[in-house]
Parts: sequence; structure tokens; C-alpha cells
Amino acid sequence: MLVRSGIAVVALGFLLRFNPLLVVAAAALVTGLAAGLEPVAVLAAFGRAFNDTRYVTIIYIVLPVVGLLERQGLQARARGLVAGMRGATVGRLLLGYMLFRQVTAALGLTSIAGHPQTVRPLVAPMAVAAAERQGFDPPACERVKAMAAGTDNIGLFFGEDIFIAIGSILLIKGTMAQYGYDITPIHLSLWAIPTAVAALLVHGARLLWLDRRA
Amino acid sequence: MIGLDFVYAVAGATFAAFAWLSLTDRSNPRRFGTGAFYGLIAVSFFAGDRLGDVGNGVLVLALVALGGTGAVGRGAAVSSDGAGAEWYGNRLFLPALIVPVVALAGTLLKPDWIDPKQVTLVSLTIGVLVALAVCYVWFRPTVRAPFDAGRGLMDGVGWAAVLPQMLAALGAVFALAGVGDVVGGLAARAIPDGNLFVAVLVYGLGMAGFTIVMGNAFAAFPVMTAGVGVPVLVRGMGGDPALIAAVGMLAGFCGTLLTPMAANFNLVPAVLLDLDRSAVIRAQAPTAVVLLVVNILLIYFLGFRT
Repeated sequence: MLVRSGIAVVALGFLLRFNPLLVVAAAALVTGLAAGLEPVAVLAAFGRAFNDTRYVTIIYIVLPVVGLLERQGLQARARGLVAGMRGATVGRLLLGYMLFRQVTAALGLTSIAGHPQTVRPLVAPMAVAAAERQGFDPPACERVKAMAAGTDNIGLFFGEDIFIAIGSILLIKGTMAQYGYDITPIHLSLWAIPTAVAALLVHGARLLWLDRRA
Repeated sequence: MIGLDFVYAVAGATFAAFAWLSLTDRSNPRRFGTGAFYGLIAVSFFAGDRLGDVGNGVLVLALVALGGTGAVGRGAAVSSDGAGAEWYGNRLFLPALIVPVVALAGTLLKPDWIDPKQVTLVSLTIGVLVALAVCYVWFRPTVRAPFDAGRGLMDGVGWAAVLPQMLAALGAVFALAGVGDVVGGLAARAIPDGNLFVAVLVYGLGMAGFTIVMGNAFAAFPVMTAGVGVPVLVRGMGGDPALIAAVGMLAGFCGTLLTPMAANFNLVPAVLLDLDRSAVIRAQAPTAVVLLVVNILLIYFLGFRT
């Protein structure tokens, strides 16, 4: 039972807003010691697992390409594309963004959008403008802003796993390999599709419902 | 045959470039700490297999010391005037599409000069190199320009870049210490003998619940897989390992939508949009709960067909 103290360290550490890297390192140490391991053994186990999971971090090799394309105006172009969907209601606007986010994430283009890049400068202002035109009161407009951020997360989470080289798919592959199950990433990607469709239906219905409240 | 060594060499070179550009980046108030942080990641990619387990552990401690104490800073982002947007039009999306298209093509075609076990990662890496080559030919930037722009984006991620790897390693320590056995034992005791529906329910709720505690499905996944997924659902009840693992991870994602510990998804946007700190979680909650139910039902109805 003592080994669960590591979970308590994580919960407490995040609750008290310590840096997550420090919290994770402390949790690993506490868990290892509680299980009766030597500190050096914990260090070695942590180092080995860190080294074995380096593939999770390789996705950043795409940043020079993305960065250069953004410098050439990729974001402006993407904004132009989204701005082309004018005359839309808040529900249809956010539904369109969700589709865009899901489809591009499924192609592995997870970093072409996000909260700093697209939601704050683009999606939230457009959604609020549409909401005001539809007669939403100020508290409702605040909820529309929160919905814009949530739509980005939901579109991303339930789109990215369709891409075969995303971190979570690679983590699943590595974990299952430890138990002797050699699973090809494309097989995992296919099983992400039913939930992706369900996310579009459920969240899409909630977005369109926003229009009926006006 | 091209394998993981090639992938890690490219990743090491990329982080070495980020490290060098950060060290010389006068717009970054913490340029030495930032450069050292990226440099250590480059060392991990280049030489991780030769450092030994304790050596890698020391490397992680150094990363934590830098990333956990605010020594990793942020340089100026390379701004876009967007002037190219008019000039290049929608063709600008083409180089961005090279990466996923090459990754997908390589994975489906499986050429025999690629290590079949690493075909996705190798194809992705080749896709990045092809896209980079196309960008050099098409836009004629200076040699360092893509890496300057990439460094700007990398600084936005900062110390969080190694958090997923840290959480995966924590999962391994949890496994070594038997936390999965304890959680799995608790879960297994909650499962009446041979009751498939309750077993699936415990797996799905456990995945989401543990993600809420840990803030990341990456940390919950190895624990719930060790505790319930593999021993109970796959080995005990003959479930499909690919479906149970893939949908189980998505059940974890439902938990990510509900927890303040997933700070970059739930708290940062609330700050960016001047909202109450729990506003984004409240907006996401109904969708997350319904999708959790959907995922549990998917595993129950599709995971045990044979």
C-alpha cells in the first residue's frame, strides 16, 4: 500500500503548483524508496525507461519545417481559409473549426493550430462576434470563448490518434511490446476512428445546440 | 537497413541545432540554461544507448534541474509578416502535407530497406527531410533560417518537451515498484469473477480516473495496462489487444479533458482568454463524460468478438 505514496506526491505536487518535472522526479524517488529499492536503482530504472521512450520526443524534428512555413505565411493563409467561412453562426463556425482540427490532426498536423496560435487570435474572436450578432448576453459570450478552447482540445484529442506517428500511438506500441504484443501503429489508428466519429457527433450536436439557445 | 539509429541521429542533430542557436540567442534571457537543456536532449538522442542506465538517470536529473528551476527560458519567436501568404497561395499547404503523406506511404508500402519494426518513425523522419529539402529549394532561405524558426516554436514548448518522456519513465518506476499491481489489485478485487462488463467498466473508469490524478493519459496508460488491460481483459478474457489498448488510451483522453493537472490544455487557454480557471473544463465536461461512456461500450461490444 505504501507504494501508492508516489501517486499522492503527484496529486499534491500538482495541486500546490510545483514544476511538473520536479513533481515527477520526486514521485519516482518516493515510489522507489517506498518499494524498498536503493536510490541508485531507482535512478537507473528511471534513466533506462527515459532512454527507451525517446521516440515520444522525436516529433519535434518537424518544427524547422513548420516554423519556416509559418514564416512564409502559413498561418495567415490558414486564417484566410477560415475567414472564408463567413456568414456562419457560432455553432456552425465552431463545428467547422472542430472538423478542420480533427482532420488536420489526423494527418499529423497537430501543431498548425492551438490555443496561442489559432484560438486566442482567431477562433474565439470570430465565435464571440457571431454570438453577439445572434444576441448572446455577456456571460453567454464568456461560455462561447470557453467552448472555443474546449473545441480545440476535443478536436485535437480525438483526431490525433488516427495519425500513425503521434506520441500516444507510439507509447501504446512500446507498452504493449513489453507484454509480447507486437501491434502495428496502423491497427491502433483504425480503432481511433469510431471514437473520433462519436466525438464529432456528440460535440458537434452541443455546438449546434448553442445556436438554438439564441 | 535504416532503423531507429537514423531517426535518433536526425533528432539529435535537430536538438543540437536548437541548442547552438539558443546559446547565441541574445533575445533569450536564459540562453545558457535553454541551450544546455536542448544540448542534453541532443546528447540523449546521440549517445543514450552508450551512457548506461545510471548515466541516463544522471542526464534526466540534469534536465530536471534545468527545467524545474526556471533555467529554461524563451527567445523571441521568428515572426511572420504573412507577405508570402498572398504570393504562394494555398500551395503553401503542400510542403506541410509532404510529412504526413510520406509517413503514411512508407508505412503502407513497407520498403525493404527500412527496418520493418520502425517503419512509421523512419518514414516520418524521411518525410521531414524531404519537406525540408523542398522548402530550401522553393523558398531559398538561409541554411539556419528553418532552425531559427523551429527554435522559436521549440522555446514555446520549453521544458514541457520532456514531460511525456518523464511521465512514461515514472510509469516504468511505478511498474517496477508494483504500483500497477496495487492499483490493478484494487481494481481486480472490484471485478466479480468473470464479469466482463464490470471488468471493462473498471478498466475505462480507471484509465480516466488515473489520468485525472496524473494529468496525462501517458502516465495512466502503462499502469492500467499492467493492472487490468493485459492480465484481466486480454489474457483473462481473450480480448483484442490492439482495440483494448487504443480505445483505453482514448478513455484516458476523456480524463485529460476533466483535470486541471493537464495545464497546457485546460489552464493555459483559460488564462489566454481571460476566463475563470475552470471555465474550459466546465465547457468540455459534458462531451468528455459522454465519450467516456462511448469508449467503454466500444470495448465491451467490439473487443471480445472471438
